[in-house]
Amino acid sequence: MNDSFAVMIIVATIASGIRLATPFLLASLGEALGQRSGVLNLGVDGVMLLGAFGAYYMVLQTNNLYYGLLVGIGLGLIIGLFYAFITLNLRAEQGVSGIGIYLFGLGMSDLLFQKFVGTPRPILPFMPLDIPVLSGLPIVGEMLFQHSIIVYIAFALVPVMSFVLHRTTYGLNIRAIGENPEAADSLGVSVMATRYSAIIIGNGLAGLAGAALAIELGIFQQNLTNAMGFIAIALVYFGAWSPKGVMIGSLVFGLVQAIVLQCKTFGVIPRSASDLAAMAPAIITILALVVVAKRFKQPAALTKPYVRGG
Amino acid sequence: MKSFISLIIPLCAVLLALMIGAIMLLSLGANPISGYVTMFGAAFGSLEGFSETAVKSIPLLLVGVGICIAFRANVINIGGEGQMVMGALLATAVALAFPGLPSLMLIPMVLIAGAVGGAFWGSIAGALKAYFNVSEILSTIMLNIVAVQFMNFLLRGFMIDPAEVARGTGIPQTMRLSENADLPILLEGMRMHLGVVVALLVAVGAYFLLWRTAMGYRLRAVGYNPDASRYAGISVPKNVTSALAFSGAMAGIAGAILVFGSESHRMVTDGGSTGFTGSAGFNGIVVALLAGLHPIWSIPSALLFGGMLVGANALQRAAQVPSALIIALNGLIVVFVVSSEYFKQRFLESGRVDIVDEEDTPAGGSHE
Repeated sequence: MNDSFAVMIIVATIASGIRLATPFLLASLGEALGQRSGVLNLGVDGVMLLGAFGAYYMVLQTNNLYYGLLVGIGLGLIIGLFYAFITLNLRAEQGVSGIGIYLFGLGMSDLLFQKFVGTPRPILPFMPLDIPVLSGLPIVGEMLFQHSIIVYIAFALVPVMSFVLHRTTYGLNIRAIGENPEAADSLGVSVMATRYSAIIIGNGLAGLAGAALAIELGIFQQNLTNAMGFIAIALVYFGAWSPKGVMIGSLVFGLVQAIVLQCKTFGVIPRSASDLAAMAPAIITILALVVVAKRFKQPAALTKPYVRGG
Repeated sequence: MKSFISLIIPLCAVLLALMIGAIMLLSLGANPISGYVTMFGAAFGSLEGFSETAVKSIPLLLVGVGICIAFRANVINIGGEGQMVMGALLATAVALAFPGLPSLMLIPMVLIAGAVGGAFWGSIAGALKAYFNVSEILSTIMLNIVAVQFMNFLLRGFMIDPAEVARGTGIPQTMRLSENADLPILLEGMRMHLGVVVALLVAVGAYFLLWRTAMGYRLRAVGYNPDASRYAGISVPKNVTSALAFSGAMAGIAGAILVFGSESHRMVTDGGSTGFTGSAGFNGIVVALLAGLHPIWSIPSALLFGGMLVGANALQRAAQVPSALIIALNGLIVVFVVSSEYFKQRFLESGRVDIVDEEDTPAGGSHE
């Protein structure tokens, strides 16, 4: 009796960890793509907030969750285009301009929310989509195969992105211009076009991450993400710029969060201790950064604007 | 000519952002002209308004001056938020520990504690960059998150007002801190307090540090060309660490002033960092960039942004435009000012033959 209860809780915790990892995973896959091409984007959190509000508002209006996801992606793509223009054409310093994007998203999403929604109204999240046969498996079924569609999309993107990065010309181009844009340029790869596409897709994923978060929580409020976008950036370093590494990092973060939440619900740990536990991801990341900085090299051209013949 | 262009181009960037703000006001159904008149009238039109603006500008100026020092050493300090929080926590702890000390001792002590707390937090990121090659951009962001949770932990636990525990309401805030630590009011009946003087002194001090001391010379040299500095016998790791320590110290003082110059004279958390700092740790970056990374120019720059914050509240009351508009606008100003660097370089280059090596100039370019 007690055993099966424990198993139930563990299964539920892991399942919720996977759900919580999803926005992190989407956002950090996008960030990884941009960084692989040599562009740092610190505005992820702002893009997520805008995507989250856009999706939330769309669902309120239409009751269609897919439209919500599309709006989230769309807003991300637009900001991506803008960010690509200022960092690539105007060669704006990437660390600081990203903070500008963050502040813009933070203020704008709050402004629109207050003006057009005001009091928070909940929206219904996605129904879990049970994968036939697999979802019926004991334990594993509930853990892995009874999630909403967005969870499957996010995790399916991991092998897709690995494939694109390592098995296609486009991926080779991205990696080449992230390491040595001069050499890639001399071989006829358009540094501008490739970076533009990587940044736009990356921001689209950040917008999708925000949309997924708002739909999963069924709500929007001021600063909904609470710095999740910044953690997503750190996860890219944590995962040493590989999609698989990023996925492992996201899962670790999701699980830590799920465990903390679970402990809070059961009152195993007092409120104040959960504040300490909430520090853990950031501290783990700092330690990971030390290790990563030693072991792995970041894309050599990261944050360096490319000037032809310059 | 050069300094004229360095001044006018960032200002154009701000104007462009304000114009976009006008379009936003228009689409929110407010008259942009009367909107801006309301804003700037509320901020600068009366002595009360200006006093309010000055108070709002204090943290912006202090963080901004710290950013000037960091960016000049080519260290991108995104950790102002966390450094403010840590400075405020240490200052609050000192005030809780020695409530009986006379003002003449306690006020300097809490300000120094603020500086120490912020400097400590900044130098962690500095040491990580200098000795472990960890990007300060990332470590400062992570340290912001740690600092916020640490604040929540302390204000819900060790430092919580015993009255909150007794009542069972449990609002995460300290008790009313010692009156001896209250920053004295400068103008009768208004909010302007000693913090304004402190911030101005720090700005002037930072100017002297950067351009009148050997230490400041080393900081700028490391930022301008680390390889040449190393060759000249300047320790790059040491100067990177101290740049972040200075930067953090100033943010820490800002945090302390936020606590002891507040109307409640308590330290309160709403669970996030913005609730306490009002995003000054980020907005200080805007202040410094607009000032061309010059501590003295940061003073009018901080007043402009402080005025916008005061004006935003007036606008919310007058035209029901949420004050979050100003946060969005600040974001646009950051983006535009950073992007305007490109036009500045082009204008400056068009008049000269020699080639500017862009990688060697620190992030925001330079004034001198």
